[in-house]
Amino acid sequence: MSDRGSRRNTENENRIESVQIDGLVVMKLIKQCHEAESSGNAFAQGALLGLVAETRPDARLEITHCFPFPGLNDETIDDEDFQLTMMRRLRQVNVDHQHVGWYQSAQFANFLSPTLLDTQFAYQTSIEESVCLIFDTAKTSQGFISLKAFRLTAEAIKMYKDGDFSPDVVKDLKLSFESLMEEVPIIIKNSHLMNALLLELKEQLPLDIESAQFLDLGTSGTLETQLRVMMDNVDELNQESIKFNKHQNLVLKQYQDKTRWIQKRQLENQARASRGEDPLPEEDISKAFKPIPPPSRLNPLILSGTIANTADEVSEFCSQSLGKLFITEPLQNAKMSASNAQ
Amino acid sequence: MAVNIRVKVHPVVLFQITDSYERRNIDSDRVIGTLVGSVDKQCVEVTNCFSIPHKEHTDRVEADIMYAQEMFDLNKKVSPQENLVGWFATGNEVTNHSALIHDYYARETKDPIHLTLDTTLENGRMTMKAYVFVPLGVPGATTGSMFTPVPVEVVASEPEIAGLDLLHKSKHQKLLTRPIEPLPDLTKISEAAAKLEDFLDVLIRYVGSVCDGSHQADNVIGRQLWDLVQSVPKMDSEEFERMLNSNVRDLLMVIYLSQMTKTQLKLNEKLSMHSAANIKEMAKLIPSD
Repeated sequence: MSDRGSRRNTENENRIESVQIDGLVVMKLIKQCHEAESSGNAFAQGALLGLVAETRPDARLEITHCFPFPGLNDETIDDEDFQLTMMRRLRQVNVDHQHVGWYQSAQFANFLSPTLLDTQFAYQTSIEESVCLIFDTAKTSQGFISLKAFRLTAEAIKMYKDGDFSPDVVKDLKLSFESLMEEVPIIIKNSHLMNALLLELKEQLPLDIESAQFLDLGTSGTLETQLRVMMDNVDELNQESIKFNKHQNLVLKQYQDKTRWIQKRQLENQARASRGEDPLPEEDISKAFKPIPPPSRLNPLILSGTIANTADEVSEFCSQSLGKLFITEPLQNAKMSASNAQ
Repeated sequence: MAVNIRVKVHPVVLFQITDSYERRNIDSDRVIGTLVGSVDKQCVEVTNCFSIPHKEHTDRVEADIMYAQEMFDLNKKVSPQENLVGWFATGNEVTNHSALIHDYYARETKDPIHLTLDTTLENGRMTMKAYVFVPLGVPGATTGSMFTPVPVEVVASEPEIAGLDLLHKSKHQKLLTRPIEPLPDLTKISEAAAKLEDFLDVLIRYVGSVCDGSHQADNVIGRQLWDLVQSVPKMDSEEFERMLNSNVRDLLMVIYLSQMTKTQLKLNEKLSMHSAANIKEMAKLIPSD
């Protein structure tokens, strides 16, 4: 999921170079995603409001407010209504009311799914500059804020427009799992009054709790969960690969059958011509051999993307744990030498 | 009415209030709004809030009650566990109008609290105060009520503290000169280790000064230091070496496996694309009649 720099600026007029988020939005996201997690919902979703700062060449998307969507389990609430009412009310208190994206919580990078891509496609076609913010709750409970902004690449949009996910289309557009979504860098900014508030809070809250969290040596729990997730995904990808290979084999066999059939007919025709009879009526080949529909490449792409993400997260987590272990080694040696010297 | 209520406020609420204040209409000096949260025995925990459009004239106050109702209903749909617990206002003092507004809220919930946040920075700080409405007077004679301050504090869960920590980093930057991104993990670890080092320095200096006799020895601190030293697990060096090495081996293996998985993914991608291209090529080989 690499950021594609300044490539294709002329073609894609609506490139977003960076996303600027207010501190308020960060805090609200944290609160809502963690509440959802503790109350048992699978994940939390909501809308982002803000505006687009059009200062070329640095197109920035500013996010100034957000509100959550009601739980997905409740069927009695009409989503459209809720959104419209909410936005109307917020406009009355002078909140920026342009809908610029949506957010979703995730657990260890397992957010890629067909529904997510569908929703992001719908957003990006209706509002050119929309982004999708992914907030990772599992990492935040470890103490690291993990907030990423994603947009669909131009090629992915083209693929979605056609609605055709066959291998041929994917190959032609040179799509790989890395170029489905691109990550946009995030900047966090606060107004000066907020900074004053932050200074106040710093005095009131005991802030030394956080550092202790990072230095926790117990790593096996999270590692196990992550690896299990990765293993499940790899299994699924395996299934998809098997499907694809089977399809390839079937197509190959069909080609061979076709060839043989055509040759037989030609022989027949020659035999008949030599005997002076009319050649056989032309039969439409495609009626005899129905073309086999190729399996959609969407799922394998998504799975590969998820696995790649999880692999990245796992290696980052491991390197950080290695660092922690290496810090404790000299401490232990110092303790040993101190106790030996006594 | 019991006045020993404690009020706990989450940082989100304060941020929201400040933001509403910044977005207020030109002719308003104050912003008011509703507080929602939960009440637990003597402790009121405020977890969210939203502002309400209102106008203040010299003798009366206009507030959009329908708006308040609707916003509260919307909020309830998203977080059904949040109830109305009071209201807030920016500014440093409690005015006459506050009593009227409080009256309205007293009809909605049993014992609303009133929170003020001084966004005008009157004393050079943003003071936060909370009040309850207490009836006073002599029974039998005219009774009145007054706002009594109650203790209020800011509480935050661990993820919220992590979020605040991130925001702290951005406050020293002039707007937009440098992007502040959620930091990579190793940097955080080195920062935490540096902080720990600072703490240890302070402790060592303190112990040194007590030994020299320049500082009074404090029994409480001494006992805590003793606990601290005792809590380091005692292991001899071979055990420690073994534990360290096995952990390091596990982690290295996981890193190796994940890198290998990524390479495999890329290979898989390339091979599928190639076979798709090949199949197309084969189609051209079919002789057409």
